[in-house]
Amino acid sequence: MTDAARWTFVCHRDDIVPNTGVAAKVGAAQVAVFRVVAPDGTEDGIFAIDNFDVRAQANVLSRGLIGELTTEQGPVLVVASPIYKNHLCLKTGRCLEDEAWSVKTWAVRCGDDGTIMVRGS
Amino acid sequence: MTDTTLRLVVIGNGMVGHKLLEELAGTPGLDITVLCEEPRPAYDRVHLSEFFGGKTAEDLSLVAPGFFEQPGFTLRLDAKAVDIDRTTRQVVLADGERLPYDRLVLATGSYPFVPAVTGRDRDGCLVYRTIEDLEAMRHWGAKSRIGVVIGGGLLGLECAKALKDMGLETHVVEFAPRLMTVQVDDMGGRLLRRKIEALGVAVHTGRNTLEITDGGGVGVGGRHAMKFADGSQLLTDMIVFSAGIRPRDELARTAGLIRGERGGILIDNQCKTSDPDIWAIGECALWQGKIFGLVAPGYDMARLVAAQIKGTAKAEFTGADMSTKLKLLGVDVASIGDAQGATPGSLNYLFSDDVAGVYKKLVVSADAKTLLGAVLVGDADDYGSLLQMALNGIPLPAQPESLILPSVEGGAKGLGVDLLPASASICSCNNVSKGDLCAAIEGGATSLGALKKCTKAATSCGGCLPLVKQVLDAELKKSGVLVLNHLCEHFAHSRQELFHLVKLGGQKSFDDVILAHGKGRGCDICKPAVASILASCWNEHVLKPKHAAVQDTNDYFLANIQKDGTYSVVPRIPGGEITPDKLIVIGQVAKDYGLYTKITGGQRIDLFGARVEQLPAIWGALVAAGFESGHAYGKSLRTVKSCVGSTWCRYGVQDSVTMAIRIEERYRGLRSPHKIKMAVSGCTRECAEAQSKDVGVIATEKGWNLYVAGNGGMKPRHAELLAADVDDETLIKLIDRFLMFYIRTGDRLQRTATWIENLEGGLSYVKKVVIDDSLGLCAELEADMAQQVATYECEWKRAITTPETLKRFRHFVNAADADSNIQFVDERGQIRPKSALEKRAVAAGEVTP
Ligand SMILES: Cc1cc2nc3c(=O)[nH]c(=O)nc-3n(C[C@H](O)[C@H](O)[C@H](O)COP(=O)(O)OP(=O)(O)OC[C@H]3O[C@@H](n4cnc5c(N)ncnc54)[C@H](O)[C@@H]3O)c2cc1C
Ligand code: HEM
Ligand code: SF4
Ligand code: SF4
Ligand code: FES
Repeated sequence: MTDAARWTFVCHRDDIVPNTGVAAKVGAAQVAVFRVVAPDGTEDGIFAIDNFDVRAQANVLSRGLIGELTTEQGPVLVVASPIYKNHLCLKTGRCLEDEAWSVKTWAVRCGDDGTIMVRGS
Repeated sequence: MTDTTLRLVVIGNGMVGHKLLEELAGTPGLDITVLCEEPRPAYDRVHLSEFFGGKTAEDLSLVAPGFFEQPGFTLRLDAKAVDIDRTTRQVVLADGERLPYDRLVLATGSYPFVPAVTGRDRDGCLVYRTIEDLEAMRHWGAKSRIGVVIGGGLLGLECAKALKDMGLETHVVEFAPRLMTVQVDDMGGRLLRRKIEALGVAVHTGRNTLEITDGGGVGVGGRHAMKFADGSQLLTDMIVFSAGIRPRDELARTAGLIRGERGGILIDNQCKTSDPDIWAIGECALWQGKIFGLVAPGYDMARLVAAQIKGTAKAEFTGADMSTKLKLLGVDVASIGDAQGATPGSLNYLFSDDVAGVYKKLVVSADAKTLLGAVLVGDADDYGSLLQMALNGIPLPAQPESLILPSVEGGAKGLGVDLLPASASICSCNNVSKGDLCAAIEGGATSLGALKKCTKAATSCGGCLPLVKQVLDAELKKSGVLVLNHLCEHFAHSRQELFHLVKLGGQKSFDDVILAHGKGRGCDICKPAVASILASCWNEHVLKPKHAAVQDTNDYFLANIQKDGTYSVVPRIPGGEITPDKLIVIGQVAKDYGLYTKITGGQRIDLFGARVEQLPAIWGALVAAGFESGHAYGKSLRTVKSCVGSTWCRYGVQDSVTMAIRIEERYRGLRSPHKIKMAVSGCTRECAEAQSKDVGVIATEKGWNLYVAGNGGMKPRHAELLAADVDDETLIKLIDRFLMFYIRTGDRLQRTATWIENLEGGLSYVKKVVIDDSLGLCAELEADMAQQVATYECEWKRAITTPETLKRFRHFVNAADADSNIQFVDERGQIRPKSALEKRAVAAGEVTP
């Protein structure tokens, strides 16, 4: 399979309300894709992690609230699971409360035209 | 058994006896046999009444799991000691068995005194001391309409509450001319009586019961007739005697130990009886002519005897402070030290406010320099500081009256805990001093929970909790640890402060708020909190795109997320009243979408198992049939529960349903620091359980009683009376003000109950603000509410007609599929989510989703 064929179309950037997420179907998997924007309006990027919340055993992470928490490693962009509020790092998928609840990250890119793609595994 | 083993027999496994055992646990060389006449080991008699509140015998147990399995302990239940053979040093049991002892402890407690009234042993004449007694009360309560308590002391009034809670018409009959003769003075007793009568308990003082005879009543309403010395009589179905206690000293009598003239086993300062091998502790013991009917002095005795057995004794029993603070039938009553002013030359300061129902008295020394005692009725918030002042001989301020006068705005009052010496006993139940607390705080117990756990302070009667908290706060402040109430790392403000800043600053979006008043990007704590503030300030539609990213998923999808990622649908059913047609619609919608239906405690119907993409269609159908959002997803008004009221109910005095609907429709959608629950009952029988709600309304003959700040849930709290006998319009006006004041000043996720408990001045302060308008805020609060009411709209109605919003209701952004992880099975004819196990069974072999 060519590399291009492994990228799945998610949506246009404008389809994601700033600082929220959407769920995308990538092959048989579910991926949560987030668009993060600073309070002053600058785009901070698009992030993709599993949509499956290991703790709740449900596909809900795309519906969590995005935030920034200060940890020992400095500020971390996180999403809070809507079910039990465990926090997952958007960049690494690491769960701040318990490593066992960490999730996988996915390669994601946003083209100049705003097209968001996630690479299937 | 080795020669060095000491055989100790303890007779009685009550509160004090058990305290002794706890103190002795782990001591080597002891062989302890505990004789317990009751069928179960020690339980918490102090909290016995909570048995009626749903506590079980197990809940009340004082015995830690595995306690009696420790080596050296033998517990004998149903084992009554009938004699002590002091010459052979043996205890004789009821069945003749003889138990040898080296040392003996009598902890036999006391029994309820039942005056010699003819007919006192009729069926349904009970006492109040053991779990069995309470079971009997419950049994008789269920088949009675009227209940009488004989005795208007501390226990009698607690007992009256139990009868009242069982729904009986309740009477208290007291021989003396006032209630609580021991603790309270004349004026305090009068006020107490008025307050208790206002709660619907009839009080008959100065009544000498001569005889109890057949009331001639068929079944309930007059099983007994009580005849009084003044010729009057009272019909009743059950009677509980609570006329005082008498020490259980019968063993001392048969064994020839010295007893007091009026009973009680005589002990010295070491708690030794006239036989040096025998101690007596707790309520059976008589020390310097006094019996101590409270648990704390008993615990002191237990600790003292334990120390002697362990060989570490130095201290002596030096008497005990008999100060008490109680909530009797919801009325705060406290008595400190020399409450009656018995000290020669003592002087009084009095404050009495018949309107607010508050009475306070200070008894001070002849030179007005030291506090000797106090009586507080209606407002006992100052109990802790006054008690410490009396116990520690802290000099009175120049104007002692300032201690009981209502605090003037801004004026500091009372006594700072800093003034207390380290030796001051803060928790008398568990003998914890201020020094103990400070040491624990220094040792790292910097939260109230940790402090309680490590010192045991405030874990028994709880009366010392406010003081423990004050000590904690003061120590933390001193050590530089700031007591922060900041919302989160992004906002260095409490919710209340932020509310004001936003209101003044006029910010209308989260980004504006965080740029103006915070830092960083926010998180899942501050985002919903700010969203709620914006909604309360401006009633901005929560669905506006600019608020989308700060709403909790429940607010974002206008539905409550469930454990499997599906949502519940909760249409509003105001007051719990619904037409047959609407019921059919709910049923039809549930059938059409395969939803699970359940009737909730809030008198409405929840539909569970809706997928996110189904929500708009489901709501479309509901809105078309005239339903609107029930706001079950928001921190906002949930329901106003009601009973059927005067329209149908033969007892009703007002139309509770109409009032409930009016209230629910007025406050629907109102965003607040936490959810708000309300209820309206059509009469004092209170079928709608309004006193467990944030706002509870109970109909009276003359109008409505308004109760506030009640709570069910994890920590139940009875609502408190804010206003009595008000008319419809006043009622609404007061609720407007109360709610808005709470919304403005409440902390994030703080229910009204915790809010009012943390508010300085509590209910009386709220009364001042919303009734007396002490802050000049009332007009503003009402205007804010009017604005809220005027701008209300059903969020679902709006959502299903806004294409922009509808776009969010889909599971995948790039596919029309549903979430394959949502799976149901049938149970009792409806769906329920599959458990992880059930899913795995089906998907065995498949990759994880
Ligand atoms: C409803 C209620 C509320 C109360 N509220 C408070 C309060 O708020 N604050 C407060 O300080 N105090 C309160 N008290 C008082 C407190 O409960 C007592 O002070 C305390 O229980 C006394 O403990 P004790 O061990 O001396 O007696 P008890 O707890 O009565 O224990 C004595 C035990 O000895 C057993 N016994 C007696 N004789 C024999 C025998 N011959 N052989 C074997 N066993 C025997 C008895 O059956 C009993 O189990 C309350 C009491 C009641 C009933
Ligand atoms: C004469 C007095 C009372 C009458 C006529 C009455 C009547 C009713 C009726 C008709 C119901 C509905 C039953 C059902 O759902 O099947 C009910 C429910 C209930 N009643 Fe009473 N009741 C009375 C007293 C009380 C009292 C004193 C209490 C509480 C202290 C109480 C607590 C309840 C509770 C908790 C429910 C269930 C409510 C719910 O569904 O959430 N009732 N009552
Ligand atoms: S509270 Fe309501 S239902 Fe209960 S007795 Fe009174 S009017 Fe009737
Ligand atoms: S009591 Fe517990 S299980 Fe029941 S609804 Fe509430 S949170 Fe859920
Ligand atoms: S004084 Fe009773 S728990 Fe502290």
